[in-house]
Amino acid sequence: MKRDERVKSASVLAVASRPKNKGVVIIAVALMGLGLGYGLAHLMAGYIAYWGVVEGPFWLTLRVAVPATLIAGVAGIAAGYALAKSHFPGRDLLETVGSLPIILPPTVIGYYLLETLSPGTQFGGFLTRVVGHTLVYNVAGCIVAATIAAFPFCMRASRAAIEGVDSSFEQAARTMGLPDWRVALQVTIPLARRGIAAGLTIGCARALGEYGATLMVGGDINGKTRTLSLAILDSFTTPERNTMLLILVLMAVTAMIGVGLLGRSRS
Amino acid sequence: MSALEVAVTRKIGDFELDTSFTVDSGISVLFGPSGAGKSLTLSLIAGLIRPDTGTIVINGVVVTDCARREFVSTQERRVGMVFQDGLLLPHRSVLDNVALAVRQAGGRRARRDIARSWLELVGAAELAGRRPGSLSGGQRQRVALARSLAGEPAIVLMDEPLTALDSAVRREMRSLIRGVITSTGIAAVLVTHDLQEAEELADVVIDYADGRVLGQRTVTHPTRLEGPRESAAGSEEE
Repeated sequence: MKRDERVKSASVLAVASRPKNKGVVIIAVALMGLGLGYGLAHLMAGYIAYWGVVEGPFWLTLRVAVPATLIAGVAGIAAGYALAKSHFPGRDLLETVGSLPIILPPTVIGYYLLETLSPGTQFGGFLTRVVGHTLVYNVAGCIVAATIAAFPFCMRASRAAIEGVDSSFEQAARTMGLPDWRVALQVTIPLARRGIAAGLTIGCARALGEYGATLMVGGDINGKTRTLSLAILDSFTTPERNTMLLILVLMAVTAMIGVGLLGRSRS
Repeated sequence: MSALEVAVTRKIGDFELDTSFTVDSGISVLFGPSGAGKSLTLSLIAGLIRPDTGTIVINGVVVTDCARREFVSTQERRVGMVFQDGLLLPHRSVLDNVALAVRQAGGRRARRDIARSWLELVGAAELAGRRPGSLSGGQRQRVALARSLAGEPAIVLMDEPLTALDSAVRREMRSLIRGVITSTGIAAVLVTHDLQEAEELADVVIDYADGRVLGQRTVTHPTRLEGPRESAAGSEEE
């Protein structure tokens, strides 16, 4: 920018900020507000129009992610505790296999899950008989896929958090006569709760966003196994994809702000 | 019958503990410089560490016998322990910390009532609802003392319980410990490297150096304050 132009723009700003030109500022702010309001109104209209499209996958995603996080959380804490506290045969195998879903592409995990859970296989047939229905191409399959995806985060975070607990507290608890299982439940895990909660949060996020394995095991059946992640892909075939994606991004940002506020209020 | 009989060895790196002593009722103080093996001895008695050889007998019950491969777990030894920094569970209230150590059968309310009575004995009843993080050093050690006694142990082990406290609180705590141990009749083994503390608290001083017991001497106290409640109030008439 040339010197004259810089001087000119600076003088415009200076004029605008003077009290006698307050009217100009008010008009500018009003115009900006109108623009913002129009944008928000447009967004809200889009939100209302497309909520019907998002609603089904949204609730289904919650129906999948909540139990998946609970199952992966309990199993992950147990596995993390075992890895942190004991040396047993197969310890390295548990850690490696438990971490595989982080390393392997989700579609590969999905493929193996499909191979394992299909009623045609020996194990899948056994599971189908035990559960009473098949575990593929339904919500149960989506939950299994999301659980597998969330498990390594819960396990690894729990292990690190439990290893970080000062063992003196556990020794003190033993001198109080608490059996080892109560030391674990009433001392170690509560003291490791922040790290465990962080792992469960990431695990939940992973379960919410699970895509590849869910597609393979769930089958992306509209109204039955189409979670939000799968619905996003489907939205690419519609002309309103930008509105829909924006809604999803806003939902994600809102969720992140909510989690952040929750964390701040607890700390 | 002695309250405690110890005859054990334990090697850790270059350090070798080879100790043997007997303790009766009252307060026995393991006295010696840092690194003499006093705290290690307490850990062996509590069952937190296993010795290489030897036996430990608490109130006539063999809790460790290396030759026979007998080892009673810490939880089943009926020992109470006061650690240098209290080690109160930070996520539990003071009352819960003490109630968790109550071994008597009964519901949660009964255990909490028992815990309250122990807190009263050490003059910490008003701290029941507080979290350990909000307590002063002296308050923490009072609660730790109540917790160590709440399981009605055969013996209480105290690992430098007054080291982290200032001198005024130390005097108060010495008086309290003396009074509580006398009134409950529970034997106590206390570790310290402070000579004044050893002589003021001890009925018997067991001198330690380089992992060995150098000798054992009885201490007589002609004028000693015994009442725990007076101690809790902070009287210092020793």
